[in-house]
Amino acid sequence: MAQLLQDKDRIFTNLYGRHDFGLEGAKQRGAWNGTKDMLDQGRDWIIENVKASGLRGRGGAGFPTGLKWSFMPKEVGARPHYLVVNADESEPGTCKDREIMRNDPHLLIEGCLIASFAMQAHACYIYIRGEYVHERNRLEAAIKQAYEAKLIGKDNVHGWDFDLYVHHGAGAYICGEETALLESLEGKKGQPRLKPPFPANAGLYGCPTTVNNVESIAVAPTILRRGAEWFAGFGRKGNTGTKIFSISGHVNKPCNVEEAMSIPLKTLIETHAGGVRGGWDNLKAIIPGGSSVPLIPKDICDDVLMDFDALRDVKSGLGTAAVIVMDKSTDVVKAIARISYFYKHESCGQCTPCREGTGWMWRVLERMARGESSTEEIDLLLDVASQVEGHTICALGDAAAWPVQGLIRHFRHEIEDRINAYRAGKPVAVSAVAAE
Amino acid sequence: MSEDLRKIIVDGEEIEVPNSFTLLQAAEAAGREIPRFCYHERLSVAGNCRMCLVELVGAPKPAASCAMNVRDMRGGPNGEPPAMNTLSPMVKKAREGVMEFLLINHPLDCPICDQGGECDLQDQSLMYGRPQTRFAENKRAVEDKNMGPLINTIMTRCIQCTRCVRFVTEVAGSPEIGMINRGEDAEITTYLESAVGSELSGNVIDLCPVGALTSKPYAYNARPWELKKTETIDVMDAMGAWTRVDVRGTAVLRILPRVNDDINEEWLSDKSRFVWDGLQRQRLDKPYARVKGKLSAIGWDEALKVAADKLSGDAKKIGVIAGDLCALEDLKAAKDLFTSLGVTSIDGRQDGAKIGGGAREDYLFNSTIAGLDEADAILLVGTNPRLEAPVLNARIRRAWLERGVKIGVIGENADLTYPYEHLGAGGKTLAELGGKRSGFIQTLKDAKRPMIVLGMGALTRADGGKVLRAAGELAAKVGAVAEGWNGFNVLHTAAARVGALDLGFLPGKGGKDTAGILKAAKKGDMETVVLLGADEIDTAELGEAFVIYIGHHGDAGAHRADLILPAPAWTEKYGMWVNTEGRVQMNDRALFPKGEAKEDWAIFRALSAKLGRTLPYDNLDQLRAKMIADHPVLGGLDHAPGSASAGAFDVAKIGEAGEVTDKPFVSPVKDFYLTNAVARASKTMAECSALKNAPAAQAAE
Repeated sequence: MAQLLQDKDRIFTNLYGRHDFGLEGAKQRGAWNGTKDMLDQGRDWIIENVKASGLRGRGGAGFPTGLKWSFMPKEVGARPHYLVVNADESEPGTCKDREIMRNDPHLLIEGCLIASFAMQAHACYIYIRGEYVHERNRLEAAIKQAYEAKLIGKDNVHGWDFDLYVHHGAGAYICGEETALLESLEGKKGQPRLKPPFPANAGLYGCPTTVNNVESIAVAPTILRRGAEWFAGFGRKGNTGTKIFSISGHVNKPCNVEEAMSIPLKTLIETHAGGVRGGWDNLKAIIPGGSSVPLIPKDICDDVLMDFDALRDVKSGLGTAAVIVMDKSTDVVKAIARISYFYKHESCGQCTPCREGTGWMWRVLERMARGESSTEEIDLLLDVASQVEGHTICALGDAAAWPVQGLIRHFRHEIEDRINAYRAGKPVAVSAVAAE
Repeated sequence: MSEDLRKIIVDGEEIEVPNSFTLLQAAEAAGREIPRFCYHERLSVAGNCRMCLVELVGAPKPAASCAMNVRDMRGGPNGEPPAMNTLSPMVKKAREGVMEFLLINHPLDCPICDQGGECDLQDQSLMYGRPQTRFAENKRAVEDKNMGPLINTIMTRCIQCTRCVRFVTEVAGSPEIGMINRGEDAEITTYLESAVGSELSGNVIDLCPVGALTSKPYAYNARPWELKKTETIDVMDAMGAWTRVDVRGTAVLRILPRVNDDINEEWLSDKSRFVWDGLQRQRLDKPYARVKGKLSAIGWDEALKVAADKLSGDAKKIGVIAGDLCALEDLKAAKDLFTSLGVTSIDGRQDGAKIGGGAREDYLFNSTIAGLDEADAILLVGTNPRLEAPVLNARIRRAWLERGVKIGVIGENADLTYPYEHLGAGGKTLAELGGKRSGFIQTLKDAKRPMIVLGMGALTRADGGKVLRAAGELAAKVGAVAEGWNGFNVLHTAAARVGALDLGFLPGKGGKDTAGILKAAKKGDMETVVLLGADEIDTAELGEAFVIYIGHHGDAGAHRADLILPAPAWTEKYGMWVNTEGRVQMNDRALFPKGEAKEDWAIFRALSAKLGRTLPYDNLDQLRAKMIADHPVLGGLDHAPGSASAGAFDVAKIGEAGEVTDKPFVSPVKDFYLTNAVARASKTMAECSALKNAPAAQAAE
């Protein structure tokens, strides 16, 4: 049984907003402490430490953050460097960045300064989700405080000219994809770009750019303050550190909680979320990383660890660590149909497989939820999903296909039962409404 | 230019290709065909159709071959060259998948679709698709959009490849087509469903890989396999774009561009593309004579007799004006005949341009059209290339877009689809530019390959010769003409003009030019005026003169004529033309002349016999042989002289010396769609013109 994370090891000590979000409160909690000293250690020291900490991107893909930073050109050429923070947190089930920006914005601001310094960027853009109005207000207030305290801006106390801008999105999920986000930031329609070239070569306005998730940036100052070994001390090898988990759905106490990586899923839910509604045995399935990863049924949930590799091994993923719990009352087919509708609705329409495939999958699933289908059509649906997955410009195609694949992998029998019941003229067992 | 070559393996076969190649180009170099919809050589890469996916050995996912460079490929773990497969099961599945997705919401209405038979989707679904559908849902329907009188839209067929969007944005420079909405609701439309304002809009019809954008005038007229296709050239402007004329029976049903990288690449202006319905209207199909004020049909014998009678009078009282649509053979036969009659009042410049008579470089587009790709500073004087040669204008735009070439304009401050520095409106600006020490003159001086483009707006005025000299002096001052580069250019507006100048179709000793002929006619000093398809003159100025009109359309000239001798239009005869670069080109006959019309040269040959001065050729070959013997420069087909003789060309001495007046330069093209008799007879062109000139609609409040 893994050790639970102790309060002294929490990075986000104001995650629940019980204290002052502003500069004074943040300073008391340790933010902006020794920032200048860290910058004085130099860029290479920062990047090496982030690498050594084993921090993997918290936005979903889990790409090593230090390695990503090191992809930026070593010298600034004719084009300026940019840091862009992806705060377009729109993945259903995910609400971790929201709490950071709402309650601990100074950690993010400090992280922006440090990361920008490490990548020699003098300007950083935070692209915040359109629906996050309150968070934007908090963030902007915090930035104003930082400017006034000369922590950032021209001629600041840290000796690195640095401007921070907040850009409000317009509510499109696709703008959370890093290149679509850059397009949107440039004032164009949010449609993903082709890669290569990668943003580190040609990103915002064609300049070298790194796009990072809010949490990845916000944990960086504390990692540097407390040391890479401290951070690397949590979780398994290759899956180190602490992480905010968003637990929602059929649990007694839905919550956001910072925990060590590689915590068993069952422990996470029982300790922090008050357990599954009606007890662990009432569990049907869990989506462990935000709506785009395949769900896992109870027997896997019993002992799976919450980290990138363990979840990959059970053909799911950690994603954004948004744990969506579904108990036995859930109509899982209808639930996945609802997720499928979301991806159909949010597809940008640029490339063929996603534009045409997401709508097709959703329509088939809607019928399946009512039983109006055939067993052959389950295979057709699986095949359509595989035709979308991996054939698109960005990962939205994958995100739309994975939940469908997960459903068929683990709950094929349930679909078949429903089809058989419909064909036999029996009432189709729709146990409950899917979570909206 | 040497480039790094890289060894790669395509389907097991090792080839060496430049690093900058895309995988698609590399596959083609290896002899593989890669299906594609959104990719087009002359547009930016979108990579959105996903039809061109190939397998990269070692990569988990297939890659879009149009969007990835050979440079970005990863080699094997033991230093093997990178490998891709275009025939593997993964690729086959990817293609079948994409094809299926494209077809599930496609109406499959091929039997009633105009694209049928020349549709990329049809062809590729046959080669790469699955034989049956698995889609059981309802198909999506999309409302059709208004894109004006040229483009017919059936948007349910659209596969969102965005070729049209990229074309109007990048090449045409009038970004009026775009994609709205997202996901499966994405639709291609024009801004507020207005007509596309570009003069190049018709090209989106060719670009559209499916039947979503088709030709409105051609709609439901024919199937491509019914048409007789003739490869020929265009005469609507002086570029001489390569075209293909498609004919069924006695009617031209469409005109399409052919690829020629030196001239039109693969674009065609809307006028050249859609003028064909004008070839069926207002045609002169019989000889007519004016009897008691009314034109009535007569026989050829009688018509020739009347003409011969009129032309056997005092040669000094005969004037000849050639129009814009005359082939070299027509002009040559006319010139030979009238010269032998002693007529000296001959002019091939109905617009009165003060040009010709000297060296060939004086009046050619010497840099060549392809030379625009090398120019690094461009000065446009008295020209609006967007209206005078839209395809050429697209090349100027590309010079600005891709290489940031600085462009200056002296003349009208019009929208040319690219930004430019407006230096002034009239002759004074031109005359004084050379004396300036900074500004655009410095840009021209600093440029390695500066270009000065002189348009008809600057040359068709009383002081045109002086403007020519001023422009020449400026060209000399900025070093526009040097060994290997001739940056002095004249942009003509008429297909026949350079040919007329090459043949010396100009006033002889003591002869009058166009203005002189008209003036004399008005005064009663001209007894007979022969109009060789000349419709752009003020026919009211012809006074009491007896007018013989030889041409193909009942336009201004024919209305005034006392005797009409019908001739074929350019699609109905074999002919040679010289474009604004001095490139001699031959056009092919696509169909037979209308009614009793006879080829122009044959009319002159027949007249010459009646007049007792039989011309020394009995057929077109003999005429051409004689013409090339007299003018050897016309013997070099499909060749633009360019800077060949730039070293010997004294550009500062062209035109005539004198002060240039400050009158503003105004482009002679007032209405792009109605510049000649064929276009004025076209209903399509009339619709376009009406739309362009309509007052802007007020929004309803």
